[in-house]
Parts: sequence; C-alpha cells; structure tokens
Amino acid sequence: MVEIFGIPSQALFGQLLIGLINGSFYALLSLGLAVIFGMLNIINFSHGAQYMMGAFAAYLLLQYSGLGYWPALIIAPILVGITGVIVERLFLQWLYKLDHLYGLLLTFGLALILEGVARNYFGSAGLPYTVPESLQGGRNLGFMFLPNYRAWVIVASLAVCFGTWFVIERTRLGAYLRAATENPTLVRAFGINVPRMITLTYGFGVALAAFAGVMAAPIYNVSPQMGSELIIVVFAVVVIGGMGSILGAILTGFGLGVIEGLTKVFFPEASNTVIFVIMAIVLLVRPAGLFGRRG
Amino acid sequence: MRKTLGLAALAAVLACGGASAQQVNIKIGVLSDMSSLYADIGGPGSVAAAKMAIADFTKDNPNVKVELISGDHQNKPDIGSQIANQWFDVDKVDLIIDTPNSGVALAVSQVASQKNKIFIVSGAAASDLTGPKCNANTIHWTYDTWMLANGTGTAIVKTGGDTWFFLTSDYAFGHALERDTMAAVEKAGGKVVGKVRHPLNTNDFSSFLLQAQSSKAKVIGLANAGGDTINSIKQAAEFGIVKGGQSLAGLLVFASDVAALGLPTAQGLVLTETWYWDMNDVNRAWTKRWQQERQGKFPTMIHAGVYAGITHYLKAAVALKGNVSDGKAVVAQMKSMPTDDPLFGKGTIRADGRKVHPAYLFEVKKPAESKYPGDFYKVRATIPADEAFRPLKEGNCPLVTG
Repeated sequence: MVEIFGIPSQALFGQLLIGLINGSFYALLSLGLAVIFGMLNIINFSHGAQYMMGAFAAYLLLQYSGLGYWPALIIAPILVGITGVIVERLFLQWLYKLDHLYGLLLTFGLALILEGVARNYFGSAGLPYTVPESLQGGRNLGFMFLPNYRAWVIVASLAVCFGTWFVIERTRLGAYLRAATENPTLVRAFGINVPRMITLTYGFGVALAAFAGVMAAPIYNVSPQMGSELIIVVFAVVVIGGMGSILGAILTGFGLGVIEGLTKVFFPEASNTVIFVIMAIVLLVRPAGLFGRRG
Repeated sequence: MRKTLGLAALAAVLACGGASAQQVNIKIGVLSDMSSLYADIGGPGSVAAAKMAIADFTKDNPNVKVELISGDHQNKPDIGSQIANQWFDVDKVDLIIDTPNSGVALAVSQVASQKNKIFIVSGAAASDLTGPKCNANTIHWTYDTWMLANGTGTAIVKTGGDTWFFLTSDYAFGHALERDTMAAVEKAGGKVVGKVRHPLNTNDFSSFLLQAQSSKAKVIGLANAGGDTINSIKQAAEFGIVKGGQSLAGLLVFASDVAALGLPTAQGLVLTETWYWDMNDVNRAWTKRWQQERQGKFPTMIHAGVYAGITHYLKAAVALKGNVSDGKAVVAQMKSMPTDDPLFGKGTIRADGRKVHPAYLFEVKKPAESKYPGDFYKVRATIPADEAFRPLKEGNCPLVTG
C-alpha cells in the first residue's frame, strides 16, 4: 500500500472526504454570513444562535407536531427566517447608517439572549435527534465507510451553495440586490422596493443558518451552545475568504474543512487552532482576505 | 473595679450561651460550569442540591445559619482560581463545592490550600486530586477517574474486550482518565493499541472515529465527557462502528448524557456511577424534591455528592462549635467522623481526602425496557466500597506517604 507521510493513502482519502463534509457545514454557514454582510453590511453575530434555532426547531417540530426530518428541512428554515425578518424590521434597519460595531453588538446581544433562553428551557446537555430512516446506513467505498447521511450533507450543501451563488451573481434579482448595496437611492429611483429586498435578504441569510442547523441535528449534539462553538470558526472562514465575498466563503469553507481534517490526523491537538493560524497568516499577507476586493 | 466585674459577668453569660446553642455562621460557594457543556451535570442543579442540604440541616439545627452563593468558572482554570481567591479573601467564603472540569478543580484545590480553606470536589474526576496533587484542604467526594476506569474498564476486558483505542479529551481530566483506564485494562490482561487526543468541545469526531476504526481495536474507550461524549457516541452509531463489531466504552457517562442521546442510540452502553436517582425509594423521594427546582430534569451523582458533601461539612462545623476558620482542622474533623447521609449511606473519608462508598456498573436499557421518563439504567454489578476506589497506598499522595 502506498503511504503518504506515514499514513496509508487509503486512510488519507477517507480523511480528505471527511474534511470535505465538515467543510460543507462551514460553507453553508459562512455563505449566510457573507450574503448578509455583502448586502446589508451587518456583521451577523447571532448567526450561530440562528443555526442552533434551526436544530431546535427541527426537534420541536418532531416532538410536538410529529413532523420528521424532511418536512423540518423546509419548515424550520422558513420559521427561523421569519424571526430574522422580524429582527431586521424591529432593530437592524435603524443601524445601516451607523458604524459596523453597532450591528455587531446588537446581534451579539441577541445571540446571548437566544442561547440563554434555550439553556433555561432545555438545559445544556442536549436533545436527542436521530438520522432519518431513509438515510440510515452507509456504503463501503473501499477506502472508508461513508454513511449515507454524510453523502447527503455534501450533496445538499453543494446544491444550496451553488444555487445561492447563481441567484446573486447571475440573475436579474441578484443584479438588483448588488446594485442596491452599491447605490440604494438610484435603485429606488427605478421603482424597486429596496428596504423590502434588504429585509428578505436578511431573512434568507438567517434561513440558511437554520437550514445548516437542521442538517446538523442528526449528527451533532443539539444543545444551546452548538452555535457558539461553531460560529467563531465560521467567522474565521469568512475573514479568510474575504468579508462579503460569496464565492470566497464557499471555497474557503470547503478548503478549511479539508485542512482541519488533515490536522486531525497529523496533529489532532491543534485541530481547533489551525484555522486561526491560517487566518493570522492570511490577514498578514492579504488583509482583505483571499477573495476579497480591496476597498 | 466595677468595669472588671461587668466584664466577668459578660464573659459568664457568653460562656453559658455557648454551652447551650452557639450561633454558627457559614458561607458556602458553589463554583461550577453554569453555562456550557457541564452545566447540566453540575451547574444550577448543584445549587439546587446545596439549597436542599442547607434546608434539611438547618431545620434540625436552627442555630446554624448558612449563606449560599454561586459562580460560573466558564471551564477556565484562571477564572476559577480568580473567583476562588475573591470568595476566600473578600467574600469570606468557608467552603467551595462542586467544580466540574478537573483543570479548574486542580487550580481551586491549590487556592484552598494556600488560604487554608476547604474545597469539596463533587464534579471533577481527575484522581490526581487525591493522588500526587492531594492536600489537607481538599476532599474528593463523588467519583474519580480511577473508579471509572476500574469499574467500566475491568468489566469490559473481562467480557472479552481486550484491545483498546482511546479518544481522549486533551486536558487534565482526559489524560487522567486515559492513564487510569490504560492501567486497569493492562492489569486485567488487555492491550492498548492506539489513542488520539482531541481538543475540549470538539464538534466532529468522524476523523477520529475513522482512525479508531482502522486500528481494529475491539473497544473504543471514550475518555471524554459531556457534549464530547454525546457527539462521539452519536457519530459512532452513524459510522457503523458498533455494527462493524467494535464496541464503545463510555468511561464517563451521566444520566443527562443518556437523555441527550436518546435510548435508541445509547442502549447497551455500559457505564459506572456511584449514585442513580432511580435506585431506591430514598433517592426517588430526593429526586422529586430536587425536581421542584429543576423541572423535567434528572439529578446526576454530582448533584447527590454536593448534597452529601455539604451535609457532612455542616456536621463537622457543629462538632467544632462553629470554629471553621482553620480549614485543615475542619477537614481533619470531617475525616475523623464517619459519614452518614441518605444518598450515599454510611462511609468514610480517607487520609488522602478520598470519600469512599460503593460504585455501580450500569447498562443503559433498551427503549422497550424503559417504562417512564428517566428510566435509563439496569444494575449489572455492585462494586463494594473497599474495591471501588484506588488503594490508599497506590495514590502517591504526600499526606499518606509522608
């Protein structure tokens, strides 16, 4: 068997694939952040809490209305997205003209409140949620055992990422959105309801977080702190990719998942730190991020 | 002359008063993880248990007045020792109790020793607390890594699980649990074929599980706790680890973790604890009272340990007539008195600070066997008190070896 750095190549392929799967969570979450930052100029610190809300919504739907994974995958993001719309209308819309810091503080405070409320009602140990029956089991790829659910995660995440990128970069709606961020007054002069568009964009970004939350529920522990554990890493991903760059967020998400996965083989103790080391290096060499535009 | 007479009279009055019922004032601090991965095994539930212990004791001893405060160490040793310093110096706290997270507990134990105050550990696991790092101001109540390793590790090797791979949480607790389990496994004739150390609070274990899978070890030992254990077990099921013939050994699993996993995922798991809420009528009645404050939750052995620890401490404080300023003297008093409380029964505290009582090997029930919420375990074996914990001489505690 061929060995690479003392690890059998087959094991290495397995680890690369695992890294890619974890990367798809980073990509989904950093995509939502990038959309919100790119279009609204808001640093959405409650993104992790909204991811947690998605997973909790899936649990509550199952517990109280008997709706399983597949309906939850649609309903939970819509419900959480609506809370996002309410937050935007009530609070965020007043902050666009102010410094970034205000949006950051507001969303950070919201995240703490959401987490605290969840902890108060559900405790911190977590809630049970199992893999849907249709995706249980897995197949042997020769170099590793790939659970069906993980295969689904990677497919779904790629589809959502590509879809979002396509809508924003390649369609008329996306063109309006991008134009509205550049010059809202001019776009309004063309008869487009810019504030509503911005509200819906925030709702969509939040729904993306909730979608990732539902995707995570069967394999990660559904607990109030599940978001705050992940969000710091996801912010690092967004910073490395370039704030607001959608393609950057997606590619860096997958890329860093792979790098983290390899770290877990060669130096597991550093697997929580490696992304921040990369962030520091990228910020030194390219302060605007790998895909960011200097502005 | 009159002044001297007056003073003499006053002294006489005070002396008489002291003989009947002396006012005893105590201040206790529950230092725990209030907001993160260990908040359900300790946290607010420990505060609830402490309140119950104080209420029960002061009912029979109305001359004892206890003030209770609590703090969140956020799983950071520096924050933990900072709070401990402030509590002992500024807030005049006499006793700190609970403190899950061995890293924090080891730091607070040092502070208690320096300030000559008292620290009763219920939440943390590292057996070092009564081993090389023991001191005359610390008592380790509920459980420790040696007892977990001895209970679960030995039992699994005996049933044929003789090759092990460890997933270890990369801090004091994980290292201690891994070390003690390796010793137990090797003593019972097993072999350790590999290990991997992961950071605390890891989300995804699939990479580590793949490494464990390719090691071909019969048993994957989980030397971690809380959310890390839940994630490991959940993802091991997903990756077909158990179906592939390997088995999981959860070395530290609490009732709250089983609830979070759900019985379909957790069934069959073997684990060791020293207290279970559904063992007998006394525990069930206690749980009912505890649940008045923690609705819908189930107490862990750590909560029971907080209750029992405070009860024994207050008995010692009364025996010393409220003279609790010398921490070493109080701990010596606690060691000299046999312990007796409704939750752990009769027991003793050894010279190294180890509280000794029986431990139980449990198996998580199948979903069909579970009849009501919280009906998680069946008892597989009882490990008597004199076998449950590390023999006094093997701990290398300076208090014992001199």
